[in-house]
Amino acid sequence: MRRHLQLSIKQLTAGYINGQLSPLQVAEQALEDAVKLKTLNALVRATPELARQQAQESTERYTKQQPIGELDGITVAIKDNFCTANVHTTCASRMLQDFVPPYDATMSARLREAGAVLVGKTNMDQFAMGAGTVDSIYGPTKNIWSEDLASQDNWRIAGGSSGGSASAVAAGLCYAAIGSDTGGSTRNPASYCGVVGLKPTYGLCSRHGLIPLVNSMDVPGILTRSVSDCVQVLNAVAGPDPLDSTSVQRPYKKLQLPEVDQIDLSSLRIGIPKEYHCDELSAEVLETWTKVADLLETAGAKVRQVSLPNTAASIFVYTILNQCEVASNMARYDGIEYGHRAADERSTEQLYAQSRAEGFNQVVKTRILTGNFLLLRKNYDHYFEKALRVRRLIAEDFAKVFETQQEADKVDILLTPTTLSDAPVYKDFITLSNRDQCAVQDFCTQPANMAGIPAVSIPVRLSKAGLPLSLQLMSNSFNEQLLLTVARWIEAEVSFDSLQSLQRHAI
Amino acid sequence: MRNYIVVRRLATQPKLANAPKRKWKSVVGLEVHAQIASVSKLFSGSGTAFGAPLNTGVAYFDASIPGTLPVLNRKCVESGIKTALALGCRVNEVSMFDRKHYFYADLPNGYQITQQRAALANNGLMTFPVITPGKKVYYKSVNLLQLQLEQDSGKSLHDDYLKRSLVDLNRAGLPLMELVFAPDLETGEEAASLVKELMLILRRLQTCSCKMEEGALRVDANISIHQEGDPLGVRTEVKNIGSVRSISQAISYEINRQLELVADGGVVTNETRNWDAENRRTVAMRDKEVLQDYRFMPEPNLPPLHLNLKPGCRSTKELISVAELSEQIPELPEHTRQRLMEHYKLNAETAIILVNEPVLLEHFVNISKSLAGVPTKVITNFLINDLLTYCNKLNLDVDDCAISAEALKDVLQALHAEQINLQAARQLIQLLHNNPSQTVSQLVTENNLQQICDLASIEAYCQQAIANQPKAVQQYQKGKSKALFAIVGEVAKLSAQKANMKLAVECLEKLLKKQQ
Repeated sequence: MRRHLQLSIKQLTAGYINGQLSPLQVAEQALEDAVKLKTLNALVRATPELARQQAQESTERYTKQQPIGELDGITVAIKDNFCTANVHTTCASRMLQDFVPPYDATMSARLREAGAVLVGKTNMDQFAMGAGTVDSIYGPTKNIWSEDLASQDNWRIAGGSSGGSASAVAAGLCYAAIGSDTGGSTRNPASYCGVVGLKPTYGLCSRHGLIPLVNSMDVPGILTRSVSDCVQVLNAVAGPDPLDSTSVQRPYKKLQLPEVDQIDLSSLRIGIPKEYHCDELSAEVLETWTKVADLLETAGAKVRQVSLPNTAASIFVYTILNQCEVASNMARYDGIEYGHRAADERSTEQLYAQSRAEGFNQVVKTRILTGNFLLLRKNYDHYFEKALRVRRLIAEDFAKVFETQQEADKVDILLTPTTLSDAPVYKDFITLSNRDQCAVQDFCTQPANMAGIPAVSIPVRLSKAGLPLSLQLMSNSFNEQLLLTVARWIEAEVSFDSLQSLQRHAI
Repeated sequence: MRNYIVVRRLATQPKLANAPKRKWKSVVGLEVHAQIASVSKLFSGSGTAFGAPLNTGVAYFDASIPGTLPVLNRKCVESGIKTALALGCRVNEVSMFDRKHYFYADLPNGYQITQQRAALANNGLMTFPVITPGKKVYYKSVNLLQLQLEQDSGKSLHDDYLKRSLVDLNRAGLPLMELVFAPDLETGEEAASLVKELMLILRRLQTCSCKMEEGALRVDANISIHQEGDPLGVRTEVKNIGSVRSISQAISYEINRQLELVADGGVVTNETRNWDAENRRTVAMRDKEVLQDYRFMPEPNLPPLHLNLKPGCRSTKELISVAELSEQIPELPEHTRQRLMEHYKLNAETAIILVNEPVLLEHFVNISKSLAGVPTKVITNFLINDLLTYCNKLNLDVDDCAISAEALKDVLQALHAEQINLQAARQLIQLLHNNPSQTVSQLVTENNLQQICDLASIEAYCQQAIANQPKAVQQYQKGKSKALFAIVGEVAKLSAQKANMKLAVECLEKLLKKQQ
């Protein structure tokens, strides 16, 4: 294992400044490792030339003692649904297999401007529809914590849909990766891969250049090996963007977390939502959940049970809204301006039909068909309109616990599982359909997307099988400061080693 | 009792059948798409110049490049609000955008962003004069149901020879205001008059160029017929109406087509028809449209559009004040007409014609200001009966007539001072149009157009005229006073139209009295 991987981003840049390390050296090692760990299939496309160029420029800046940002020389990877200028952006689909965006997504641009070094684009479920990173034209992504990486189908999935990003961070191919999170797509793979996965408040990070799944829920996510790294990246990418009308216009104030020994939990109120204790929850996750709740209580926090009564409805509402927006968002892929174009040019309709039939997988097609059905004039009120109303109820559930006038009932942070178990074995995972898997996998994560609130998954301990078990924290909108402060405290308390798998595999 | 009624009914049935046929009524509703005059598109930063090279005014968003997002153009919202206010609409505090889905090659996103559920404005009212040739002018009021903002589609160009279609996205995403009018109209002339008035208003507001030939204003008409007392009939929609004149022609044609169809025992079907301007008829569109379900959905990438409706408020970076925009509304055409009628004592017809031709109106105001002594009637008669008629004859837009207001003023001044007569004034219009660099006095001198006013010369012409027209003289002296015109005409002819006719008439009357 590369020794520098144990450093935080802050420590790594300090190493650049004092000359012990150079961005070029770190980038070269990352590129080497990406080749070595090709079996993970974390990257759909490495970008060695760009990485070397950016690392070279960064190295020169450090030589001149003029780094341009807090991420200068930091290796990053970006999920393949964020546009990167002149670098293929495929959404892991045949439809966009040859699509080279002419522009940078705001996330990509801000990383670039902060001096980050892009090592590659990461694997995902096609158009981010999935929770396993198993539905990609580039094949599935493997979890580095798997007992047996070499087996045919007995390895562990990385989770999804940002499985490539989580896998890349866990395997040390980069210090941070950008994912997207619509129903849990950043937190779910973070949970399985034993890394930190942040879903910021909706509107805090720009969606411009993120190829949409569900516009009203999509947020860019951040995956790192530590909470403080996560803050470093968030500080570089968050804030208003005139190109995204749904981004929050007020200026972003950079987060600064207190040192761990300065964190005081005595006035903190933690809520444990009882509805998250679902039937499918594994004993190990439940045990982990209880353990951390106890830790917090012991440290002086007030931990109590709360109720979010509409949680069970969330997955149904999510399914409807997701399919409707998918049907709409996918309408642009007709093979005319860009994307896969079939050979059949007998008529415009025929060309569309054939291009779409060839360009999309079964999951995408099913959602398009269902979504269009649900949007029909005769169905709209029954499904879409009703789903919107229930969505408001779900959001109100959160508002009630975070904003209630009754001080006694109020909580600051909700503590829940992220996923219901440790990472499933690939061959078991694919026995269920994509739809059924999403309903299970997203159970704890997608209510936060409904409400737009921030949530973070942090690894806590290993299961009996030696796989990461993680928990999720949620806070009120724009309270990332508190959310990540508590996450940092737990992180220090449980001292989970994200890189342990690398040692195990002697990589 | 029951039986009696049945009998009664049977007894009266034949009578009903013989009752006079009820009158047929035509019902017309318009939908107008007005392109908002703006520098950039509704949701992107690309330019809007008409006739730019193909596919050059296309931002990534306009081509639906994945990941791009719409950003609402504030100027377009302001233009929409001004238009809504000028048309008496209720401007909505919150309006929203929706996606309207359909597949077409020139619709890159597969949907159009429009306002379906909550439009920018509703409930307007337009009152406008209807001018029908040969009929008295009357005013008509039409309800404006909705004014909404939406994006235009691109253009498909079909090459039948090479069997391929080409797409130009310059128009894709251009800002449109869609105005949906209630079916309150009855005839093609009313529809044309409505559009004419709308164009006057939009031009004054500078919210739309109204150039129909560039597609900046597009009119679709819904037309149906029914018998008085019956519910509205099945309507057809007529599209592709390319000029104001075509509006009245297309609608009149379609009404008559439906009347004849029904008279022949046919049934009007709900269909879209194209106006064929060349052959002056409406034609059913070839591929019959199946009933479209547009699968409307709220546009998730645009937050609701909030406006400040409080009186006296100013606009801020975040919020547009409707009150502030209302202060920027210029005088509207109907107000100008009323002002012309009150201030200059013009009759309604004259005021309408002047307002319809903004150049004439400008000339009128300028001339009457600088020639305070000249009766307004003389000025309006000259502008409308002479200048406008001259332009119409040449099929020339008054805007394109090169005669300056200064020159027109000089002509009228000379006419009023009796330096020239009306015939000479008319001649001068043509001379000025063909020789725009020359002054009126130059042209008068060069073409010898001065009016002859000295009494001796007039008397000489008169005596010659009397000698040339013995028959008319005889009739006149028998008491047929109209015969004098023939003799006056002779004077005009003899003097090459230059004699002062007022003096000539006086002179002739005197001479003929003497002869008696």
